[in-house]
Amino acid sequence: MNELMRKLLFLPEQGSAYATEVDRLHFFVITVTMVSAVAVAVVALAFFVKYKRRSERQTTPHVEPKAIHEVLFIAVPLTFFLLWFAIGFPLFVKLQTPPKDAMDVYVQGKKWMWKFAYPGGPSGVDVLRVPAGRPVRLLITSRDVIHSFYVPDFRLKQDAVPGRYSQTWFTASAPGRHQVLCAEYCGIGHSAMLAEIIAMEPAQYDAWLAETRRSTVATAQDSPEDRVDPRTSLSEQGRLLSGEYGCFKCHTVDGTRHIGPTWLDLYRKAEPLQDGKSVVADEAYLTESMMDPAAKIVAGYQNVMPTYQGRVPGPEIAAIVEFIRSLRTDAVRPEPSKGPVYVPVPGYDPTSAR
Amino acid sequence: MSQSLATTPPAPADAPAYNPRNYLNAEAGIASWLLTRDHKRIAVMYLVVTTLSFALGGFYAMLIRIELLTPGPTIMSAMSYNRMFTLHGVVMIFLFMIPAIPGVFGNFFLPLMLGARDVAFPRLNLLSLYLYAIGAAIAVYGMIHGGADTGWTFYTPYSTTTVTKVVPILLGAFVLGFSSILTGLNFIVTTHTLRAPGMSWMRMPLFVWSIYATSVIQILATPVLGITLLLVAFEHAFGWGIFDPARGGDPILFQHLFWFYSHPAVYIMVLPAMAVMSEVIQASARKNIFGYKAVAFSSLGIAFVGFFTWGHHLFTSGQSTLDAGIFGVLSMFVGIFTAIKVFNWTATLYEGAVKFTTWFAYFCGFLFFLVFGGMTGIALATVSLDIHWQDTYFVVAHFHFIMVGSVIMAWLAALHYWWPKMFGRLYPEGWGLVSAVLIILGFNATFIPQFLLGNYGMPRRYYSYPERFWPLNVASTAGASLLAFGFTIILVYLAISLRWGKVAGPNPWGSRGFEWDTLSPPPTENFLENPVYTRGPHDYTEAPEGAEVTHAT
Repeated sequence: MNELMRKLLFLPEQGSAYATEVDRLHFFVITVTMVSAVAVAVVALAFFVKYKRRSERQTTPHVEPKAIHEVLFIAVPLTFFLLWFAIGFPLFVKLQTPPKDAMDVYVQGKKWMWKFAYPGGPSGVDVLRVPAGRPVRLLITSRDVIHSFYVPDFRLKQDAVPGRYSQTWFTASAPGRHQVLCAEYCGIGHSAMLAEIIAMEPAQYDAWLAETRRSTVATAQDSPEDRVDPRTSLSEQGRLLSGEYGCFKCHTVDGTRHIGPTWLDLYRKAEPLQDGKSVVADEAYLTESMMDPAAKIVAGYQNVMPTYQGRVPGPEIAAIVEFIRSLRTDAVRPEPSKGPVYVPVPGYDPTSAR
Repeated sequence: MSQSLATTPPAPADAPAYNPRNYLNAEAGIASWLLTRDHKRIAVMYLVVTTLSFALGGFYAMLIRIELLTPGPTIMSAMSYNRMFTLHGVVMIFLFMIPAIPGVFGNFFLPLMLGARDVAFPRLNLLSLYLYAIGAAIAVYGMIHGGADTGWTFYTPYSTTTVTKVVPILLGAFVLGFSSILTGLNFIVTTHTLRAPGMSWMRMPLFVWSIYATSVIQILATPVLGITLLLVAFEHAFGWGIFDPARGGDPILFQHLFWFYSHPAVYIMVLPAMAVMSEVIQASARKNIFGYKAVAFSSLGIAFVGFFTWGHHLFTSGQSTLDAGIFGVLSMFVGIFTAIKVFNWTATLYEGAVKFTTWFAYFCGFLFFLVFGGMTGIALATVSLDIHWQDTYFVVAHFHFIMVGSVIMAWLAALHYWWPKMFGRLYPEGWGLVSAVLIILGFNATFIPQFLLGNYGMPRRYYSYPERFWPLNVASTAGASLLAFGFTIILVYLAISLRWGKVAGPNPWGSRGFEWDTLSPPPTENFLENPVYTRGPHDYTEAPEGAEVTHAT
């Protein structure tokens, strides 16, 4: 039944369990729609046949509806509409809530290609390899205009907005290839902005990843304007970039209070704000704080940070965010202190940062 | 201009039913048209300019469909293609669909239905026509000098960084907005102040109710569009950082502002279509509407709720999950108001005396496009289904069904239903039916494949596409050709009927709509005597007294 409906409606293959669920709702909606449209047509046709005009002088009675008619006209469709919404909205919530154990991939759209970066490296263009059966969270942004990351096989789409990160996730159910298209109009290369997701056997994927990371002759697919070596891990790139941009003049990585809040354990922390609210320091907040530092100031700090809007390209933001995420004390706690309380940053000297 | 044809009255002996002293021949010469304050003459001029715009938009549409006949380049470059779909959207929306029905049929029939001699502000009415012409001229200048490649939605930061000439197009749309606001204002004041004795609110024809609701949206929402378009123009021209994040702006802010107008704008287009159909169904069934109040108030309901649904265009933009849910539910309420209308129209046929005419054929087409387009709209509002369909051909097909389909059906139904009243002559019924069938079939053949293309995953605004989408695109182009052929037939026979059509008489359909109470074509002062209304419109409980139905005195 599923296969038959899918083929009838020209839907692409169902590359994830989520796709199958959404399609089930689709079939339900389309079936009710068709049945009710046909019902309206049949009633209209029956009326037409029964009440055909016989004479040009024919009169008709004045008919007024009973209240129950109008109530039914409202209640019956409303019931179906709300039922569909009750099924459809939780599915959307699910799509908006990546599982905690999902692996992350940074996605950046630019005219007219998709760049993918794994936190531990490598990064690539237009081909995203993922392990089948494992959830993958995509952190999506754009370097120039708005693009939209669209994978028909996963029934998934998320706009890539410059200056912001948005997220979505999927779990490929089996090894295979899935086309990625750009769905938001972005200029003459819009329809050529295609990419591919290759879902691999998890073991194969792990082997591929290890091999690629080991390889010193990995092809650097990034564009020339990327200033750091794309072969190193993303957090390592972020560390170098943070030094270059002067972040360490105000932010520490060891938990000490300085001009700005420390980056240690900052990721996912609930930060109290000046206006009494609080915010979770996720990717979106960290990015926003770089682009518009005055928007949400942590209580107890001054608004002194300059904006990095337009100065830091998208992949470099991703690298810095990834670096902040790597600064965690989890690794050594909860045992009593046996050494440093943070993951040491090799070769880093805050005083020499320019 | 058509007056030289239409204003030549037939010899009175041949046609006693043709009103020899009518608004078309009351004055002669081009100046008498360009300086007229007669709402009927302004309506006829609107008919000419909106028809020209429709032809221009249709020409762009055909070029788009021909380009998409093959997966690769067919007849133009990617840049030309991007301009084509932008111009198709801009022309069809701002120059045809928004002004067409209110400008032509609203202007002509709203005063006639209320028993008024003209609209409340006749000079303002002429000004709105001139603003339309100025706005159109600026936009056409922009098209000739480079055109824009942004899509009619002008999404930032693309629109503020593109090298094409977006500024003239934006300014054209800005000026057109004023035309729209002035027309809406005029209709609201006319409805409030110029109702003839006996014309209570609950006796107003449903056409008036819907046009009134449309006018409310026009004056409330259009200013927001004007401001937004100006901001885009400023950012493009002077580099202000409002929407472009590279200059400190917020691109999503634009989407909120834009859709705050452009979603209600859908109802600016659809409500007049519903207005026409409420009249047409009663005249077809020769019966009063089933549920007058439900249909009347659902128009106001659509106008109201339509303001709170704009966020359903932003489901994939990164808007919060809660917002998406709220906008999804609110969008369904618009569907409910539409469902009320659909059921009441269908129930109007019950116990009626239905006759199949060209305009009834368009009513059937309208009902089909509205039900099917509306139901796909509900499906889109369930949020999770929209994620797959957003920005694909499914959405293109959806709004072409619900918005374009219903407006074109209503525009053609109105043109045929009121043609005898406007020009005093009948169109050829046989040709009318042939072209109606061609157009309804052509429309389905064009857009049903596009629904399937959207399911299949083809995004919109694609110059080239993967080969798996090829067969459905060929089907769609074939349908579009059928559509173009149908429109050509109509243009030819209506033009011929202006001079050689059978003389219609005041009320060839036996309709009890108030606009039929006067002569055909109507005299400049609309009614020979001041009308007084003692009953509601479309009351068919008594047999007609004679061949000619005159207004109640």
